[in-house]
Amino acid sequence: MTTFRKGGVHPEENKLAKDCKIEIMPLTKKAVVFVSQHIGAPATCVVQKDDKVKVGTLLSKAEAFICANVHSPYSGTVTKVDVATDFNGFKKPAIYIDVEGDEWEDGIDTSEAIVKEIKLDSKQIIDRMKDRGIVGLGGAAFPTNVKYMIPEGKKAEFLLINGVECEPYLTSDNRIMIENTEEIFIGIEIMKKALNMNNAIIGIEKNKPEAIRIMTEMSKNYSGTKVVPLEMKYPQGAEKQLINALTGREVPSGKLPIEVGCVVDNVATALAIYYAVQKNRPLIDNVLTFTGKSVTNQKNLLVRVGTPLQEIIDYCGGLPSDTGKLISGGPMMGKAIMDTSAPTVKTTSSILVMSEKEAKRNPQTACIRCGKCVSACPMGLEPLLLATLCEQKRWEEAEKECVMDCIECGCCLFTCPANRPLLDLIRVGKNQVGAIRRARSQK
Amino acid sequence: MALLTVSGSPHVHSTMTTQKIMWGVVIALLPAFLVAIYFFGIPALMVTLVSVASCMFFEWLIGKYLLKTPNTVTDGSAVITGMLLAFNLPSSVPLWMVIIGALVAMGVGKMTFGGLGKNPFNPALVGRVFMFLSFPTAVALSEWPMPNPLFASSVTDALTGSTTLSLIAHGGELPPISDLLLGATGGSFGEISAIAILLGGIYMLCRKIITWHIPVAFLGSALIFAGILWLIDPTQFVNPLYHLLAGGMMLGAVFMATDMVTSPVTHKGQLIFGAGCGILTIIFRCFGPMPEGVSFAILIMNAVTPLINKFVKTDKFGYKK
Amino acid sequence: MGTIIIYAIVAMAVAGLVLSLILYFVAQKFKVTEDPRIDQVAEVLPGANCGGCGFAGCRALAEAIVKAGDMEGKACPVGGAPVMAKVGEIMGLAATETEPMVAVVRCNGGKCNTNQKVIYDGVTDCMSANQNFSSEGGCAFGCLGLGTCASVCKFDALHINPETKLPEVDEDKCVACGACVKACPRKVIELRKKGKNNRRVFVSCVNKEKGAAAKKNCDVACIGCGKCEKECPFGAITIENNLSYIDFNKCKSCRKCVALCPTGAIHAINFPPAKPKTETTIAQQPSPTPQQTTTVATDTTTVKTEQ
Repeated sequence: MTTFRKGGVHPEENKLAKDCKIEIMPLTKKAVVFVSQHIGAPATCVVQKDDKVKVGTLLSKAEAFICANVHSPYSGTVTKVDVATDFNGFKKPAIYIDVEGDEWEDGIDTSEAIVKEIKLDSKQIIDRMKDRGIVGLGGAAFPTNVKYMIPEGKKAEFLLINGVECEPYLTSDNRIMIENTEEIFIGIEIMKKALNMNNAIIGIEKNKPEAIRIMTEMSKNYSGTKVVPLEMKYPQGAEKQLINALTGREVPSGKLPIEVGCVVDNVATALAIYYAVQKNRPLIDNVLTFTGKSVTNQKNLLVRVGTPLQEIIDYCGGLPSDTGKLISGGPMMGKAIMDTSAPTVKTTSSILVMSEKEAKRNPQTACIRCGKCVSACPMGLEPLLLATLCEQKRWEEAEKECVMDCIECGCCLFTCPANRPLLDLIRVGKNQVGAIRRARSQK
Repeated sequence: MALLTVSGSPHVHSTMTTQKIMWGVVIALLPAFLVAIYFFGIPALMVTLVSVASCMFFEWLIGKYLLKTPNTVTDGSAVITGMLLAFNLPSSVPLWMVIIGALVAMGVGKMTFGGLGKNPFNPALVGRVFMFLSFPTAVALSEWPMPNPLFASSVTDALTGSTTLSLIAHGGELPPISDLLLGATGGSFGEISAIAILLGGIYMLCRKIITWHIPVAFLGSALIFAGILWLIDPTQFVNPLYHLLAGGMMLGAVFMATDMVTSPVTHKGQLIFGAGCGILTIIFRCFGPMPEGVSFAILIMNAVTPLINKFVKTDKFGYKK
Repeated sequence: MGTIIIYAIVAMAVAGLVLSLILYFVAQKFKVTEDPRIDQVAEVLPGANCGGCGFAGCRALAEAIVKAGDMEGKACPVGGAPVMAKVGEIMGLAATETEPMVAVVRCNGGKCNTNQKVIYDGVTDCMSANQNFSSEGGCAFGCLGLGTCASVCKFDALHINPETKLPEVDEDKCVACGACVKACPRKVIELRKKGKNNRRVFVSCVNKEKGAAAKKNCDVACIGCGKCEKECPFGAITIENNLSYIDFNKCKSCRKCVALCPTGAIHAINFPPAKPKTETTIAQQPSPTPQQTTTVATDTTTVKTEQ
């Protein structure tokens, strides 16, 4: 069975919402849209207080190379341009919109009909991706158009589509693969055209048999695109691990996938690209999983960007009484939610509810050097050593031990029998070493 | 509703804990323990109980009054040390010696360095080597108590005799291999039955408490090295299978060398560690003054472990040439 | 018997000679010539290796001073003027005067003045916590209260008060090495001039949010109202990003701003609690705890009545 070369763990899957059909969440009344929703240079806000906006109106503009536009997911009036709290409790520039009706900008095709014919050429497709604010929906929110501008001297040999969804609990990619199969395949055709390529590989973990079946069925209509079922192993959905699993290649340390001739995108991104190119629709909504062991109302919801989390929670029937922790994203890499008044962003893939018992970490005991973290690390690092170096603030040594190669997948902490907070410590080290490197390069 | 909790990812954890690992090892030691009781009866039981109890007591005592650290007795590591120490002794050893051995094992071998996870040497082996050097007449016997099955219809002729290893070293008629597998042989009472020990080893492999690297490298290198010697001169050197099954080789390879705290963390390092143990053991056995060498081999490799950890690294992802 | 003794003596002598020759050549080969003044300078430095000077340790500073041959920008904040004078003596240079500084914690929003909104369950380290959330009280600017500053202090001068969960500076022990300033991910701690008789006035808040938002999370936040800026006769106070800042070079410690501040965010410390007559004796100062706000209020009233 195909999988990546080293490390990895297999947490309890808990794909509880995998059979829940995607529902459309009703529009909120008061939306908050963050000005920047990607990694890279911040975007610039182009609307003011009292401006009337429609769905698809440009709210903030990308002015740097690695940057992404944000469009209004609602029609209504801008009430203020200020800061808002994100779910971690930090303040970020945001646009507040009072929602009135659901009026769309002209030129956006809102019909259900599937458009197969691709009219744009490669350059136009990439421009459209930038214009419609497409970012990678696998989690990192990297502006997608940048990936398709192949640097001089490099050649894209593989187009890999990530349908792995290796995080426990999450089911949104699974659902869109089942429900939006054709659109995803047209999206992949568009990607191929943008890259002037004829083939693509879709990787799906075999715990999603229905998605594999439907996608394989559909792939017969699209020559050059094939579906590869993958062994269940976390973090297969991580870019470098997926490339390794599907092509056997290894992205060199500190380099991008194009170094080994690969372009990787998520199935959700393929869907967004379909809408952007065929229907001129900006990225204004995404599918979000509301799940958790104690949640009775498991849901997969199509939510517009900028909906307050609390409204989604209320729509799903509120939180169970024993809620101890809320997580945005999967349990392995997601971040704990501090403030439920915060709005969703382009990459919010789930609200995961954990009970009080699940929320607390177990008490920490002494490291017994069992080496489980070393075997589990998909990057072949030695987490126990890195954590100790970071704890003692020995940043230079941590850098020599390749702390910057850590992808923060959490396998080390997951597997540690002594419950050492390995990843917490390593994350601090990455931060510090990154600062040291920046200071060094400025010299 | 109570306040929400915030922490860094990941938010889920495997069910494995240090405690579960330690008690898993204790369970894996049970088959060998039962075989020991079957062949050596009440004295074997007594030595083990005294050893375990005193190891736990000394850990608690030192932890509470000297180190002032939280109580760690329940994590099971002291129980393992106690059992392994006992398994390395003849059933005829006086109990007060066992208590002193336990004190050295826990006091010198483990707690001096700060308790669980910090000791460079396997504490049970520290205790055993101390007893071996301090009380040679009681521990390093020339005439060992011979197995006397509990339910045997007839009492065996001799109550004492030579171990297989001393027969190998000093010459004499070797017992059949089947006796070594089942345990009907003289020696330290925990190491007599290769099958019982392997059973424990398989259990630990299934529970993912240990990996195959150290035992396989240990036994494999010993087999190959002893095999080469045997091929060179079959009259001077014995069949390598005897080396593998006799004495502490099995117990050492499966339970002592695999001690997580004192063995390397990378698989590559573990292979080197195991191979070092195997080769040193055969060298000590074939060319040393004493018939047995497993304890010393493992202790020496324990000392090398930090060096292995420093220089034998995993192959990192993305550095392939 | 005799021959054995002779052999032994000869063997020892030859071995000794050979080994000493090897040692001699190795020592010659790897000899490092070093300016003897480096040792001398390192000798007079405190030897705490705190890194406050910006170098890796005391010896690194000594090397830098001796190699550069000047003391420009290389000063030991711990030893201060007396130590630098000694270093100057060795180097034959005049020491530059530096005014004594002290670490000041510019946040008073600990447990007492904020409402706990979430529970943090992670490493007791501010840098780690800062990557996960704003703070238990909700303020994204202020102190996280996990004591990374206290853990990096080599002089035992910083401790987290268990009641307020805020760090407190022991002014007698603080040598202004700046380790805590570097360690704090929120830049809450600042090095300020110790001031005349150790008396200082400063804004105990770093929140840059608008007034209402800041006040929502913390009772004692600076709301950027600007009253202090208008009142200050010396132009020492500036408001930027909804946050007031007192320039310690311009402040004359008149304390007019202290009474005006509607949230009590401006702290005046080490001023005598009672009558102005006792001003010459340095009062036992309470550290900037919430209780202290009351004493501040009373002694400012005395100042006012006097005027």
